[in-house]
Amino acid sequence: MLELSVLFPSILNGLTTGAVYALIALGLTLVYGVLHIINFAHGAALMIALYGVYYLHERAGIDPYLSLPIMVPAMFAGGYLLYRFVIGKAGHGKDENILLVTLGISIFLENLALALWKSDTRSIETSYTFSTVAIGPAMIAVPKLVACAGALAAAAILLGVVHGTDLGRAIRACARERQGARLVGIDVAHVFAMSFGIGLACLGAAACFLLPAYYVNPQVGNGFVLIAFTIVVLGGMGSFAGALVGGLLIGVVESVCGLWLGESLGQIGIFVIFIAVLLFRPQGLFGAKT
Amino acid sequence: MKELARIVVFAVAVGLLPFVTSSGVVLNLVIMILYAALLGQAWNILAGFGGQFSFGHAVFFGTGAYAAAVLQTGFGWNAWLTLPAALAAGAAVGAFIGALCFRYGLRGSYFALVTLAFAEVFRILANNVPFTGAGVGLMVKLATGAAHFQFADKAGYLYVMLAFVVTGLGLSAWLKHSRYGAWLQAVRDNESSAAALGVNVFRVKLAAIVLSGALTAAAGVFYVQYFQYIDPGLAYGPSVSIEALLGPIVGGLGTVWGPVLGAAALQILGNATRSLFAGTPGVSLMLYGALLVLMIMFLPQGLIGLARPSARAREKDRAATPAAAPSDGSAAAAATRDGPPA
Repeated sequence: MLELSVLFPSILNGLTTGAVYALIALGLTLVYGVLHIINFAHGAALMIALYGVYYLHERAGIDPYLSLPIMVPAMFAGGYLLYRFVIGKAGHGKDENILLVTLGISIFLENLALALWKSDTRSIETSYTFSTVAIGPAMIAVPKLVACAGALAAAAILLGVVHGTDLGRAIRACARERQGARLVGIDVAHVFAMSFGIGLACLGAAACFLLPAYYVNPQVGNGFVLIAFTIVVLGGMGSFAGALVGGLLIGVVESVCGLWLGESLGQIGIFVIFIAVLLFRPQGLFGAKT
Repeated sequence: MKELARIVVFAVAVGLLPFVTSSGVVLNLVIMILYAALLGQAWNILAGFGGQFSFGHAVFFGTGAYAAAVLQTGFGWNAWLTLPAALAAGAAVGAFIGALCFRYGLRGSYFALVTLAFAEVFRILANNVPFTGAGVGLMVKLATGAAHFQFADKAGYLYVMLAFVVTGLGLSAWLKHSRYGAWLQAVRDNESSAAALGVNVFRVKLAAIVLSGALTAAAGVFYVQYFQYIDPGLAYGPSVSIEALLGPIVGGLGTVWGPVLGAAALQILGNATRSLFAGTPGVSLMLYGALLVLMIMFLPQGLIGLARPSARAREKDRAATPAAAPSDGSAAAAATRDGPPA
C-alpha cells in the first residue's frame, strides 16, 4: 500500500498541475459552451504559445512571468482572427466541418513548428527553476506553486469577465440562444470570435505559467489536448465550475496513477476516466442533462 | 452495373502497370496510393456512408498490424494465415468500440473524441505489455517468397494491394446500391427519422464499424508485410488516423471513388513536397493540414464534386422538373421502400 508520506506530496503535486490543466480546460470549455464546437487545435495553440514564451525568454531575455502582458493579448488576437477568417468561414454551419477544420489547423500548426523549430525538446532555465518550498512533508517546486496560483487567478479573472461585463453577458446570451441574441442586436459573429480569442488567451496565460517548470516541442500540445478534453467532458461541456474541479481532479488522478502504475502506464488512468465519463455520464459532473 | 464496369477497368489498368514500367519509384508510389486508398475506403464506410466521424482509426490499423506481427513472430504463423486472424481482430475491436459508443448514443464530436481516446489507450497498452515488444517494436523475419507474403519485386505487393482496394471498391459500390447501404445512409442523413421508419439504428451502425475495422486491419497487415516493422507509435499514433480521414475528405465523402481519388492526389502531392523540401521535416504534413482546411472551406464535396454538375446547376434542374425527388431525401426514401431490417 502507498504510504501517506509518499501519497501526500503526490496529491499536492497533482493539485498544482491540475490548476494549470484547469486553466487550459477553461479556454476549451468557453469555446465549447458558446460555439458548440470542439476545438481540436487547442493543444497546438498551446504549443505555439509555449514557443512564444520560450523565444521571448531566449531572444529578448524576458522572464516567462513578465511575458504575460505580451502573450495573452497576442494569443487573443490570434484566436480572434483565426475564428473570423478561417473557422467561422469554413464551417458552413455544420459541426463535423468545424471539427475537421480545427483538426486541420492543429496538423498545420504542429508541422509548422516542426519545420521551423525542429523536433528538439527545449526548456528554459531561470533562477527559480530548481528552488523548492516545503509544505508539510512535501517539497514543491516554486514554479509549480506560482503556476498554481497564477492559473487560479487567471480563472478568477475569466469568471469575472464572463459574469461581470457586458461582453460576458453577450457571450452568455450567445451561448444560451444565438438566434435570440441576434434579435436583440448582439453582433453574434463578433462575440463568437471574441470567445474564441478569450479561449486562446487562456492558453497564453497557461503557457507563461507552464514553461518555467515544463518544456516545449512540436508534439507537446497532444499530451494536453486529450487531458483538456477529459476535464471538459468530466466537468460537463461548457461548465466553468466543472472545468475547475475537473482540472484539479485530473491532476491528482494523473499524479497518483503515475505513482501507482509507473510514469508510462499511469497516463491510462486519465483515458479510462475519459471513456467512462463519455459513456456513462456524457453530461459530466456539473452539466445539465439534455 | 456501370459501377462494376468502372471497377473492372480500374483493376485492369492498375494491374497492367507492372508490365508497362519496372521503375521501383513509380510502383512504390502506386502501392502507397493503393494503401492510403484502402485506409480511406475503410474510414469512408463509417464516416462517409454512416456519418460517424472517427478520429482514431489507428486503433483498428494497429490491432491488425500487431495481430499479424505477433502471430508471425511469437507463434510462427504463416503470414497469409495471419490475414483472416487480423481481420477478425479488427472487426472485434470495431464491435467492442461500436457496441460501447452506439449503445450509449454517442455521436458527432463525442464519438470522434472517444475513438481518439481508444487509440491512445491502445498505444499506451502496446507500449507497456511485453508481447508487443513494447517501445522497441516488432521486427518481422525476412522470408522472401510469395508463400510468405513477402515478394521479391514490388509487383507482388501491388497485386495484393490492388486486390484489397478492389474489394473496398466493391464494398463501397454495394453500400451505395444495397438495402443495407440505404439504411446506413438514412442513419447518416437523419438518425431519428431513420429510426422512425423502422431502421435498427444501433445494428446498422455496429455493422458499419465492424466492416470498417476489419478493412482497416487489412491495411495494418499489409503495412507489416511491406515494411516488416511495427511499433506502438506507428501502429496507434495519430498519423494513421489522419491519413485515413484525409483521403476521403479530399476525394469526396460517401462516394465510391472519393477515397481512391483523394489518396492519389495526396500521395502525389506528398511525394512532390517531400522531394522539394527534403531538408525540412513536416512540410508535407503541414500542407495536408492546410489542404484539409481549404477543402472544407471551398470544396466540401471533395475533388469528385468538381466532376459533378454544381449544386446550382442541379437546383436549376430540379426547378425545371418539379416531379423529381429531392436528392438528399433519396436514401431515406430508399430505406422505406426496402422495408424495415430483420
